[in-house]
Amino acid sequence: MCGVFKRFGAVRAVDGLELTVPAGLCYGLLGPNGAGKSTAMRILTGQAIADAGAIEVLGYSLPEQSKLARARMGVCPQESNLDVDLCVRDVLDVFARLYRLPSRARADAVDRALALSGLQARAGDRAVTLSGGMQRRLLIARALIHEPELVLLDEPTVGLDPQIRQELWSLIVSLRERGATVLMSTHYIEEAERLADRVAIMSAGRVVAEGTPAELIRRHAGREVVDVDGSAAHLRELRALADSDGLPTRQSGPSLTYLHADALDGRLPAGVRRSANLEDVFVRLTGDYVE
Amino acid sequence: MFRYYWRTRTFAAVVEPVIMLVAFGIGFGKLVSHVAGIPYIQFVGTGAVATAVLFSAVFSAMFDSLYKRRYQRVYDAMLAAPVDVDEIVTGEALFLGTRAGLYGIAPLLVAFCFGLPPKPTMVLVPLVGVLTGIGFAALGMLFSAMVSTYDGLSYVISGVITPLFLVAGTFFPLTRLPDWLRSLALLNPLYHCVELIRHCAFGLHPGADLVHVAALAAFAALAWALAVWRTRARLVV
Repeated sequence: MCGVFKRFGAVRAVDGLELTVPAGLCYGLLGPNGAGKSTAMRILTGQAIADAGAIEVLGYSLPEQSKLARARMGVCPQESNLDVDLCVRDVLDVFARLYRLPSRARADAVDRALALSGLQARAGDRAVTLSGGMQRRLLIARALIHEPELVLLDEPTVGLDPQIRQELWSLIVSLRERGATVLMSTHYIEEAERLADRVAIMSAGRVVAEGTPAELIRRHAGREVVDVDGSAAHLRELRALADSDGLPTRQSGPSLTYLHADALDGRLPAGVRRSANLEDVFVRLTGDYVE
Repeated sequence: MFRYYWRTRTFAAVVEPVIMLVAFGIGFGKLVSHVAGIPYIQFVGTGAVATAVLFSAVFSAMFDSLYKRRYQRVYDAMLAAPVDVDEIVTGEALFLGTRAGLYGIAPLLVAFCFGLPPKPTMVLVPLVGVLTGIGFAALGMLFSAMVSTYDGLSYVISGVITPLFLVAGTFFPLTRLPDWLRSLALLNPLYHCVELIRHCAFGLHPGADLVHVAALAAFAALAWALAVWRTRARLVV
């Protein structure tokens, strides 16, 4: 995606987005709610038409060749759009047809997707009777029915129990191991840190930082950081002081975190020293813009 | 999908026009024995075919597609697969239209019981039904793309469907209407459907019938194009 803009009325959902996803990687699109991640995903499937910019997916230029691109990608949306009146097997079979799988291959594809999502035992049940986690697995299985080269996962684990999130994580890792490219949007930092080979941090419709999680941490937060606790007034004072000294900080709830602490020895107030993580980078880069 | 619902859908689509036919045919038929030279129950029986097609096509298209688009968002899921809006609209219109056309046979079968003599040209009735049904299914898709809630559809039902259904020559011949209303009725696709069904039952008028077929085909094409246009505006932003 190159110089992509998309506006809804007065809202600039995507505002000069530049994004290149290398093949074969799990790529994380990390950003707060409203950063434009979902809009970017919908532009990639041709369901939103960009106002300006060049978009290429799997060598096809969008929106003109979007149908060809969609044939080779699988999409798992943020909110369920299952036909919940159908039984699990039929949900998968309908999409095997929509992806134009030849009739001989369809039954096998459905069985494979059922196995992948661990839903074999529920194949004959209506989708509406599945739990939230199972429905999400069915959504992912539906997106994988035609063994796509590119998989788009829009907030795949939002609103799920920790156990189910971890199950889905191993599913996502197995996708990449089989050679698919995964583009996953999330606002869970841990998810990006655990799964993504590379991460783009989005804020207000554009990418504000891009790299491997380790690179991003080193570049924007250093090796170590120091958390300082204190009253809100005290922290405000400290922050103003740090800003005037040019020390990078970020707000972290009831404390103030000094980034690049390893490079600033002796100049920091007393606090708890720890390793820098992606959350430090995320809040540093997007914190001020969160709705 | 149809496998899951055929019992309820078929029941509603078949039983309603049959009740209408029996009620009007027997009740009203006591007051009016013949219309346009045809026993009234046979007149209504042939008209009820068109009504069955209209209701089955337009209502299922309006409600099902609003549900699938707005609440279940299945169309959204389909568009992420290599499927375009025109294919969704075409698929729905063909399926719902064909089904509606076949349901239209039910009132005809009942009319046989009331003495309507079978004729070979009646095999054309399902074809007329399917052509009409496709147009009305596309019209239903158009209406559902123009509203965002089920409530919005009630304007359509009272403002459009009911007049279409009443002023089509279904229950009474249009010859008694004032000229201006009769001219307006020519724009009613259901009128062309009613005429064709009656001609299949009581004798074809080849010249006029070709015009009726052309009118129904033009209506289907126009409704399809508008439905694709409005549905795309809803689904692709």
